[in-house]
Amino acid sequence: MSLSRHASIYWTGFAVAIVLLILAPLVLPEFWRRFLTEILIWGLLAMSSDILIGYTGMVSFGHSAFFGLGMYGAAAALLMVKPPNLWLAIVYGLAGSAAVALFVAYFSTRLRDIYFAITTLIFSQIFYVIIFTWTEVTGGENGLAFSRPGFGIPGLWTTPFTSTTLHWFVLAVVAAAYLLLRRLTQSPFGMVLQSIRENEARTRAIGYPVERYKMVAVMVSGLFAGLAGVLYALQNRFAAPDFVYFVVSGEVVIFNVMGGIGTLVGPIVGAGFFLGLREGLSRLFPFLAATFNLPYLAEFPYLVPVGIIFIAMVIFMPQGLLGFAKRWLNR
Amino acid sequence: MDIPWDIIIIQTVNGIVTGMILALVASGLTLIFGIMDVVNFAHGELFMLGAYMGVVTLATTGNFWLALVVATVIIAALGAALQVVTLRPLLGRDPLYTILATFGISLVLQNYALWQFGPVARKIQEPFSGQFTLFYLQYPWYRLLIAVLSAAMIGGLYLFLKYGRYGVWIRATTQDRVMAQAMGIPVPWVHTGVFALGAGMAAASGVLFGPLVGVNHAMGLDWVLKAFIVVVVGGMGNLGGSIAASIFLSLLEAYASIWVSPSQAIIVSSVVLILTLLFRPTGLFVPTPK
Amino acid sequence: MNPPEVSAQPLISVEGVHTYYGKSHILNGVSLAVGRGEVVGLIGRNGVGKSTTLKTIMGLVNASAGRISYDGRLISGLPSHKLARIGIAYVPEDRRIFKLLTVMENLRTGLDRDGVSELRKKELLEKMFAYFPRLAERRGQAGGTLSGGEQQMLAIGRAMMLEPKIILLDEPTEGLMPRMVSQIREIIEVLHRDGVAILLVEQNVPLTLAASQRVYFMEKGAVQHHAAASDLTVDHPIIHKYLGV
Repeated sequence: MSLSRHASIYWTGFAVAIVLLILAPLVLPEFWRRFLTEILIWGLLAMSSDILIGYTGMVSFGHSAFFGLGMYGAAAALLMVKPPNLWLAIVYGLAGSAAVALFVAYFSTRLRDIYFAITTLIFSQIFYVIIFTWTEVTGGENGLAFSRPGFGIPGLWTTPFTSTTLHWFVLAVVAAAYLLLRRLTQSPFGMVLQSIRENEARTRAIGYPVERYKMVAVMVSGLFAGLAGVLYALQNRFAAPDFVYFVVSGEVVIFNVMGGIGTLVGPIVGAGFFLGLREGLSRLFPFLAATFNLPYLAEFPYLVPVGIIFIAMVIFMPQGLLGFAKRWLNR
Repeated sequence: MDIPWDIIIIQTVNGIVTGMILALVASGLTLIFGIMDVVNFAHGELFMLGAYMGVVTLATTGNFWLALVVATVIIAALGAALQVVTLRPLLGRDPLYTILATFGISLVLQNYALWQFGPVARKIQEPFSGQFTLFYLQYPWYRLLIAVLSAAMIGGLYLFLKYGRYGVWIRATTQDRVMAQAMGIPVPWVHTGVFALGAGMAAASGVLFGPLVGVNHAMGLDWVLKAFIVVVVGGMGNLGGSIAASIFLSLLEAYASIWVSPSQAIIVSSVVLILTLLFRPTGLFVPTPK
Repeated sequence: MNPPEVSAQPLISVEGVHTYYGKSHILNGVSLAVGRGEVVGLIGRNGVGKSTTLKTIMGLVNASAGRISYDGRLISGLPSHKLARIGIAYVPEDRRIFKLLTVMENLRTGLDRDGVSELRKKELLEKMFAYFPRLAERRGQAGGTLSGGEQQMLAIGRAMMLEPKIILLDEPTEGLMPRMVSQIREIIEVLHRDGVAILLVEQNVPLTLAASQRVYFMEKGAVQHHAAASDLTVDHPIIHKYLGV
């Protein structure tokens, strides 16, 4: 397939997807509108993680820390500075996650594979404990609640977000992030990252400062994860330590694998698939219970079949839902 | 400064007790990693289910020791089944996938437990009460028993590995899996057996630890994290190292708890982890390879 | 290249085996046979696929095409540990003894089998220690502390513990002193007298010709020629053809 033909098909597909996502909130009921926005946000988080897993070959279980710090950073801006400023929230959030990313990057990048994964996991738990116990600053167990800022330039003109306009804002941010990250993976820097994934020793032997590239990859990944955290804070108007718990990191990796690592857009699909499955199953069982008059079924742990499906996918379909299109999506 | 010797000694005893249980949990984890290169995320859930099996058996039979044995055996069998169904197909693939599979298993087991047993914590009654006076405290004998039993089990494991016929199989498989197979050692079954062994040890720890805290579906999470820190600090795959690290870290945390809250004490272990990774990444107690 | 005429049904029969390492086509239709109790040599330059042939027979590497039979039954695809149990032993090129296990424990990996009485185990051990007295002296030492020659003895002794019908021997004399080489030669002779078949991969031509009944020559991943060892001499043109630089 020629490059220009590929490009036209690709961009047409991209445009169609964007248009659908723009129109969706106009036809969906409130709950599903918010649900779709959440999928985009988690998708952004998973996409940031794909930079490490799919392109650099580093599995991180610490993304909950980047996400959480982005959330709390935004919370700090929205609580401390009056009037609440959207752009300041973004800046604070990115700063918070960048700081964490720097810390993690410094200590972990010299470690290989499993040790890196475990270390990032433990680091995210450290941050969890700090946030959970430092009640005066972070609100501890209860987290922080704040109001949503308006869109615009505070002082000059702002308009409050509706769930639809917020969705469009999130969509714009996520789409821009995707395009940026795609550019990055196709740039010389991205090529080096992929070379590190393929054969780290050889990349080092050629002369590339592998550690430095890895650190930058972690920082980039952390920044975009923090951005997702800011968006989440905007959407839900609270920040809680639960999101820093390592289980969230695990779910992010699940989205990556389910959707297809190394595709950037796969993780977003993976997030949609997992969350959709979870939502669907959580409604299915009470429905079945009511229909067939089997009351104990109502409480059935819907995460059990979700987990089983995930395990089955790991064994039988490790390339994920979009794995088959991996080369095509990266051209 | 007035050194609170009595508190320090009490915390030393506490640290050793917790350390021995942690050692029991961590040895299973490090054994599984050393032999199969599998990072078992579900280890905490095996610990938790072991505790629940203990609760159930105790409720039906009223005998703590029977509960300990039954729980160990059942969870060992569960471990073997899980390994055969989910991990064997993944042999030879990128280690990421085994981590993910065990993570998925932990998700399933945790939610199953929540559904089956409910969110309210259960209690395991200790087999005997009775305390002795340690300074100003009435210290339960049971806690000392835990330490002794854990040490005995770990000692048993060591002897099994060193002298038993299957111990030789396990050690050979760890060193050279391919050559072990060429010598007739059924490596796939060695893997299953080791996983079952690790699961059984985790379950036993769960039952032993049960009387000290409430048994609930989330109790595995904290232990898994601590166990991972121990395994890395002790040197992955290094049995002696994880035991030493368990006791060392538990003592540190016990002493730290004198001044900070227990949930913050984990930061101490994390600091040790960071230092270990920076300066002696193969393990604190392992001589750095040249 | 058809498998040669072997008097009775061969112990091991390899027919048209192809093996790949990733994309490399290493074995390109290998066919050979080893009769009961026969010592057969496999000669060729480095990289032609001799070791890979042994590994494929032992199930350490999967053949993508072809058949391997043992004692009349098809064994292609069986896992290595089953093959070891039915009488095929493998002594690899780099010995691969278990370095952290003692000499005794190394031997036990082959000795501890179902259906072997304690008495028989003792017999086997004693017989083996009689051939390798140095191993008897060092039985409590860790494998990694032995010299190269001793490790080779241990690797062979370990294989003998399986009471195999055939031993796949990969370059046993590599890196050994001449004195050890003749010891290896003696061991092969003893095993042959005991009725154990041997498929011997070797670069040492005089040893191979002296020890084997028949010799196969490999090149480009296939067996190109075979001859009776008695028909060959060390400076025979065939030898130069397949081993010369």
